[in-house]
Amino acid sequence: MTTAMTVHQPPVLFGVPGPGAGPDGPVPPGAAADAAVAAILAETVHPVPGAPRGVVVDSPPGAGKSTLVVRAARELVAAGERLMIVAQTNSQVDDLVDRLAEKGPDLTIGRLHAADSRPAPEALRHGNVTASAKAGDLLELDVVISTAAKWQWVKDTDPWRHAIVDEAYQMRSDALLAVARLFERALFVGDPGQLDPFTVVGTEQWAGLSYDPSGSAVVTLLAHNPAIRPHRLPVSWRLPATAAPLISSAFYPYTPFRSGTGAGERRLTPGVRADGSAVDAAIDEAAEHGWALLELPARHTVRTDPQAVAAVAATVRRLLDRELSAHSEQGSTPLTAGRIAVGTAHRDQAAAVRAALAGLGVPVDPAAGPAVTVDTANRLQGREYDVTVVLHPLSGRPDATAFHLETGRLCVLASRHRHACIVVARAGIAELLDEHPSTEPVQLGVAVKFPDGWEANHAVLAHLAEHRVRL
Amino acid sequence: MNVSHPAQADPLARRLAELRGPTPQRSLDARALAALAANPGCRRRAVLDAAGVDKAAVAQQLGRPAPFGQSPFAIARGNVFEARLKDDGYAALLGPLRQLLGLPPEGGTPPTVPDLLPRATPAVRAERTREVLAAAAADLDGWTLLDHPMLRLTVAGSLAYLEPDAVVVHGGRCTVVEIKSFPVLDSVADPAKVGAAARQAAVYVLALQETAALLAGRSAAAGPYQVDEFPGSPALTVLLVCPQDFSNRPTAAAVDVRRELATTRRQLARLTRIDQLLGALPAGTTFDLAPDSTGAPARPAEELAAAVAAVPAAYSPDCLSACELGFHCRAQARCADAVEQLGRGVRGELGSIRTVGEALAAAEGTGSPVPVPIPVPAPASRERDGGADPGGPTDPGSDADPGSDADPGSDADEAAARLAYAAALRAEALGRPVR
Amino acid sequence: MSLLNTLARLEAVRSGRAEPLATVRHRHLSERPMVVVPVAAAGEEGAPLAVLLGTDRLAPRLFIVPQPLNRTQRFDFLAAFAGELLPYLESFADAVEQIEGSEKDPESGEKIPVVRELCADAPQLIVPNPGAVRHLALLGRSTRFRRTAEDADPGPYPAPPQVPLLGRWLTHLAERAQVPGSSMLLPMTGLLARHWATGQSHLEDQHLAAQLAWHHPPDGLTGAEAAERAETGRDGDGRLLHPPAGPLTDPRFDSQVLAPAITRHDAALAALRQAAPADTDRAALHVKRALERLHEALEAELLPTWRDLWQGLDLLRGLPPAAHLPERWEGDRWSYTGHRDRVAAGEPPQPRRDDAVTAARKLAQREREQARLDIQEALDDPLAMAGHRLAGEAFSGTVTEVVPEYDTSGRSPKPRPLVTLATPDRPHADPGREVHRAGGPPTAQRAEIVAAAPGEVTVRLLSGMGRKKEPEPGTVPEVGERVVFTLFELTARQSAPLPEPDDTPWTHGGPPGAGQSSPVGSEEWE
Repeated sequence: MTTAMTVHQPPVLFGVPGPGAGPDGPVPPGAAADAAVAAILAETVHPVPGAPRGVVVDSPPGAGKSTLVVRAARELVAAGERLMIVAQTNSQVDDLVDRLAEKGPDLTIGRLHAADSRPAPEALRHGNVTASAKAGDLLELDVVISTAAKWQWVKDTDPWRHAIVDEAYQMRSDALLAVARLFERALFVGDPGQLDPFTVVGTEQWAGLSYDPSGSAVVTLLAHNPAIRPHRLPVSWRLPATAAPLISSAFYPYTPFRSGTGAGERRLTPGVRADGSAVDAAIDEAAEHGWALLELPARHTVRTDPQAVAAVAATVRRLLDRELSAHSEQGSTPLTAGRIAVGTAHRDQAAAVRAALAGLGVPVDPAAGPAVTVDTANRLQGREYDVTVVLHPLSGRPDATAFHLETGRLCVLASRHRHACIVVARAGIAELLDEHPSTEPVQLGVAVKFPDGWEANHAVLAHLAEHRVRL
Repeated sequence: MNVSHPAQADPLARRLAELRGPTPQRSLDARALAALAANPGCRRRAVLDAAGVDKAAVAQQLGRPAPFGQSPFAIARGNVFEARLKDDGYAALLGPLRQLLGLPPEGGTPPTVPDLLPRATPAVRAERTREVLAAAAADLDGWTLLDHPMLRLTVAGSLAYLEPDAVVVHGGRCTVVEIKSFPVLDSVADPAKVGAAARQAAVYVLALQETAALLAGRSAAAGPYQVDEFPGSPALTVLLVCPQDFSNRPTAAAVDVRRELATTRRQLARLTRIDQLLGALPAGTTFDLAPDSTGAPARPAEELAAAVAAVPAAYSPDCLSACELGFHCRAQARCADAVEQLGRGVRGELGSIRTVGEALAAAEGTGSPVPVPIPVPAPASRERDGGADPGGPTDPGSDADPGSDADPGSDADEAAARLAYAAALRAEALGRPVR
Repeated sequence: MSLLNTLARLEAVRSGRAEPLATVRHRHLSERPMVVVPVAAAGEEGAPLAVLLGTDRLAPRLFIVPQPLNRTQRFDFLAAFAGELLPYLESFADAVEQIEGSEKDPESGEKIPVVRELCADAPQLIVPNPGAVRHLALLGRSTRFRRTAEDADPGPYPAPPQVPLLGRWLTHLAERAQVPGSSMLLPMTGLLARHWATGQSHLEDQHLAAQLAWHHPPDGLTGAEAAERAETGRDGDGRLLHPPAGPLTDPRFDSQVLAPAITRHDAALAALRQAAPADTDRAALHVKRALERLHEALEAELLPTWRDLWQGLDLLRGLPPAAHLPERWEGDRWSYTGHRDRVAAGEPPQPRRDDAVTAARKLAQREREQARLDIQEALDDPLAMAGHRLAGEAFSGTVTEVVPEYDTSGRSPKPRPLVTLATPDRPHADPGREVHRAGGPPTAQRAEIVAAAPGEVTVRLLSGMGRKKEPEPGTVPEVGERVVFTLFELTARQSAPLPEPDDTPWTHGGPPGAGQSSPVGSEEWE
C-alpha cells in the first residue's frame, strides 16, 4: 500500500512562528502552519508545570498530521525521552513505522504486532526497525508503535512518559480507557471530520455520558480535561486550491482551513487528446478545474449499479491511457496506477469496481506491482492520491440512510486527492436528499455534530453541478 | 396553524381554498409543521396540508380512520405539570434558564409577565406579542416571560400563527421554552421524543427570527450556519422542560436546535414549491368534505378516493404512526403490490424492481423485469443560480452517444440475478427443491 | 435487512402466511417460563397500572393499581407483583453444580484451583414486546432505591421490604436482555421475528397480535387482512377488538372504560371513609364491587395478549433447538448465579448510571456476545449461513479435487493439502486471505485462498490435521464431500482487559468519587 502514498513534507516547517492569523489572513500558508506546529511541539516536548496532560491537535485532511507526528516523535527523542505511539489500524501503524524509520534513521523503532499477524514488508525493510509480538522485547527502543487493540494487552511495563495517539478521533473511548495506563502524557492527533467510530450493538444507555465507551476518545478526553484547548492545523498541503475552500466550508464550517498551494500551482496535463467521449470530457474537466461530475441518467439501482461501476472503471482506464502528468510544487510526475484511487461506500461496490478494472486490464493487486487502490471510505481514511474517482454514496439509491448521509463518509471520499477528484453518480441525488425524512433522534447532553449531512451533501453537489458531464 | 390569505386574489391561495372546499380550514400548528419533515417526499401529504384539509376526516371517510388518540390520563398529567411551572414566579423555569445563559443562580428582579391578550383573535395576539417582544428586547437587564405568545410565520405565501409554550427575553435575546410531559430520567430522555420537541421548537425559533428581523427592518439570515444578532433574536439553543425522574418536579435541559432549524427551513422552502404539485392535478380536483343534512360528508367516498388517488403518495410503514392517511396509503400500496409496503430499506436492495410480483418472478428466474424509469422533477428547480450550462462541458459537436454503453436492462438484471441467487440459497437451506 | 430476509417477506406477501427465517430455534426456551404482561398508566412511563403473569397458561394472576396516582396502592401492587415473581426467580437458586476452574492468587500471582457454584438452571421471563422490557427496566429503576421499614432511616414513605429487591432483579434482567443472544428476558415480537418473516415491515411486526396474525389467519383472510383486523378492528363502541399488548392501553379503553371505573372506585373509597358506622358494610361492599369491576376490565384487556404469548411459545417450541443453545444458556446461568450471589452478599443496588469502566466492560461483553451469536447461528442453521454466503463472507460447495502437498520449510514436513471445490458462491476473497472451515474436524481448521474463479475456489488447508506428516484421518475433506468455509473467524475474540474502576485513568476523569454512588431513596413519587 505504501506505493500509493506520498510522504509529503510541507514546504516550510522550521520557520519563525508568525502572528496568529485566520486562514484568510495575509500570512502565507507556510508561516501560519509553522506557527501552529511550533506551538504544538512546545506544549508537547516542553510542557510548563501544571499544564494539562494532553495536547489535542485537530487536523483537516492533508494538513501535515503525519509530518507532525514524525516531527514530535523525533523532538521528544532528541529531548531524551522514549515514547509509545498508538495508531488505529495495522496499515496505519506500518505506514507510520515506514515513515518514521525513513525520516529518522537515527531512531530505534519497535513495531509491536499481534502474534497472528505479520507487519507489512515496508515497515520491516529498515535496519532501525525491530518487530516483536512482545512489548518486553522493545522496551529499550526510542519509539514503540502499535495499534490500540494490541496496546490494550500490554501489561507489566512501567508507563511511558510520552505517547502519541494518531487518528485519535477514530479511536473509541473504551480503547483509550484500556491504554491510558501506559503513558503519563499524550499528544492526540486526528481529523474530526472523518468517520466516527462505531459499534454493532446498542449503546443508548450511555448516550450523553462524557465517557460513553462507544464515542470518540477525544470527546471523552476533552470532557474530563477542560483545560485542554485543541490546536488546529490551518493549512491543507494535500488538497489543491480547487478543493480546500469547498471541503472547508462544507465539512468544517466552524473551523475553516485553506490550501497550502495557490490557484494554478497544481496542474494535470494529458499526453493523449480526448477522444470525444463523455469520460474524456470529464477527465479534461477535472484536469482543468480539479472536479468533475460524470453523471449517468437517473434510475434506481442496486448498490453495485453495473453501469456506474463500468463508468468508474472506464474513467480509470482512460486516466491511464491518456498518459496524464501531474505538475505540482514537487515537480512533474506521470500519473501512474499507484497514484490513483477509487472510493466507494460499500465493500461489494469496491469488489465490483475491482472486477471491472481487472476486466479492462488495469492493475488492482498491489502485490503484483503498482496498482490502483479500490476501497471503501473507511479504509481510505488517512490516505492520499493524485487523482481519485469516487462512486457517489447516494448514486442510484431509492432511499438515503443515515449511513449514506454520514458527513464523514463523503468528506473522506472527497478529500483524498492532490490534483483532482472525479465523482461518478446517477442524476437525482438532489431530489433524493430533498425527500429524505429528517427525523433524527436527539440525545440530551450529546453535542450536535456539524455539519449536517444534508447540508454538506448539498454543498458538494452544488459545486459538482458546475463541473457536470452527462454520460 | 390558522392560515389567512392576505390577498384573496392570490391564485395559489385560491387554488388551495378550492381543494379544501367550504369546510373550515384544518388548523395546523408547529407540531404539524415539524411533522412535514417525517416524509417530505410525499406529495399527497404536502398538498393536503398546504390546503388545510382535515386529513383525519378524509381518512374516516375513506374507511380507514387514523388510530391516533390521547388518553385522558396523559392529558390530565400534562396539564398538572404545566400548571406547576407557574409556581413561585416561574422559579422552575428561571433557575435552569439562568444556568443556560451563564448567569448567577439568584438575584435580579422577578420576571415581568405581560398580558398577551389570550382571548383576542390570533392577529391581535400576534401584534401584541410583537410589541411586547420589542419592548422586552430593549430592556437589557430585566426578565420578561411571554406565556403562550402568538407568533407569525409566512408559509408558502400564507400567514401561519404559532403558539409556543413560553419565550423568555433577557439581555436583548430571547429563548424558546418547550414544555413536554415525558420524563428526563437520570439525565436521559427518549431521543425520538426529544427530537420531535426540537423540531417543533425550531419552528418557533424560525418565527422569532423573522419577527426580530422584521422589527430590525432587515431580513433574516438564510445560511445554515449563520446567526442573527438583532435585538430580540432568538437563541439557537432552546430550553426543554420535562418532569424529572419519577416525580412531577420540572427539570430543564438545553437543546441545540441548529440542525433542526436548517431542516425546518428547507422543508418550508419546499412547501413554496407547492404550485408545481398543484399544476399536476387534474382540473376540478377537490377534497371537499362539506357535510349534508345528516352531518356526514355529502360527496360519495369513491369521489373523494379518486381525488386522493390523483396526488401520488410516498408510502412507507413509518407513515402509520405519523400520518392520518397512513392506513389508507398502506392499503393502496398493498393493492399496487408495491415493495414499499415492506419498508423503506427494501427498495435499496431491489434497485428498479418496484413490485412484489416482479421481485418474486426475478427470484424464480421466470420474469424479465422491465425497469420503470423513475420520475424526476424538471432539473431546473434544483439548478443553482449561475449553474453551468446544462449540457456541461461536453463538446456539443462530439459524436459521443450518451447511451452507447448503457444497456437499460443491466441493473435490473443485476438485481434479478442477486434475487435468483438468494432464492437458490434459501431453497437449499430449507431443503426445498432448487430451481 | 438482508436480501434473504427481504426475499422471505416477499414470499410471505404472496402466500399470505409467515415464512420461515430459520431452520432451528436460536433462543433457549425454559420448560417453565414466567410469562409477564405488564401495562403502564398512560402519561407516566414508570407508573404501573397492572400486570398479568404466571407459569401456568391456565392460571394467570392479575395485579392492578386501582388508582395509579396513589402511592400506597402502588406499593401494594409492587409488593404483590414481587410476591409472585420473587419466589419464581429464587426457585432456581438452590440447585447448583460445582465448576472447577482456576484463578490467579493476588499475592503470589500463581494460578490456584477454585471451585465455583453454577446454578443448574435460570429463570426466563417472556414479555410481549421491547416496550414491556423497557417498562420492567423502569419499574426496576423506580423501585431498587426505595427505602423500607427495615432501613435505618426508612424515610416518610417506607416501601414493603420485597419492593427494592424486586427492583434489583428487574434491573438485572433488563440489563441482561441487552446482551445479544441472552434468553433470560425475551420479547415475543423479537422471538417470532427472528424465526419467521411476515409480509409486512419490521415496524408493523412490533404489534404482537398483528405479527401473530400472519401465522394463523382465520379462514378466508390473508395474513395482511388478519393483521389489519388485529391492528384496527373496533367494536360498536369504537373499542379495539384486539387490545394492544402494552405497555400502554388503548386511549379509547382509557376514556370509555378505565377512567369511569377508576372514578367509581375513588368515589366508593371516599364514601367508605365518610360513611356513618351503620353504612360502613354497604360502603365497603361498594368498594369491593368497584374494585372487582376494575379487575374485570383490565383482565379482559390483558387476556388476549396472554393467550398470544402462549401461542407464540407453541410456535417456537415447534422448532428444533439450535446446537449452541446450551452453551449460550450457560452464560445466562452464570449471570443469574452472579446476581444471586451479589444479592446474598448484601451488595448495594445497581447504580443509576454506569461508571466509565463498567460501561466499557458491558460494551465489550455485548460486542463479544454479538460476534459469538452471529458465528453460532451461522454454524447451527444453514439459512443463517446462507446469509453470509450471499454477502460473500462464506462459501459452500462440493470438493472436486484434493492434492496432497507439504510444507517442508521446517524440520519435519507438515501437510498442506490443496482442496478445490465447485461452488456457486462468490466470496469477497483475494488469494492469500485466511478462511475457516465450518463443520469440519473437531479442532479448528484454517485455510488460505489459493485461487478463486467463478464457480470454483481452491484453498490450502493450514491446520487442524494433527502433528504428523500425513493428516489425521477425517481431517481433510474428500472428493464429493460438501464443505463450508467462512471468511470470518469461528470463535469470538476475547475482550482486552480493562482497568479496575478504582484505576480509571485521567483521560476518563479518574476513579469515580465516593459521592457519585447513588443516594438511596432520595427521590419520592408524587
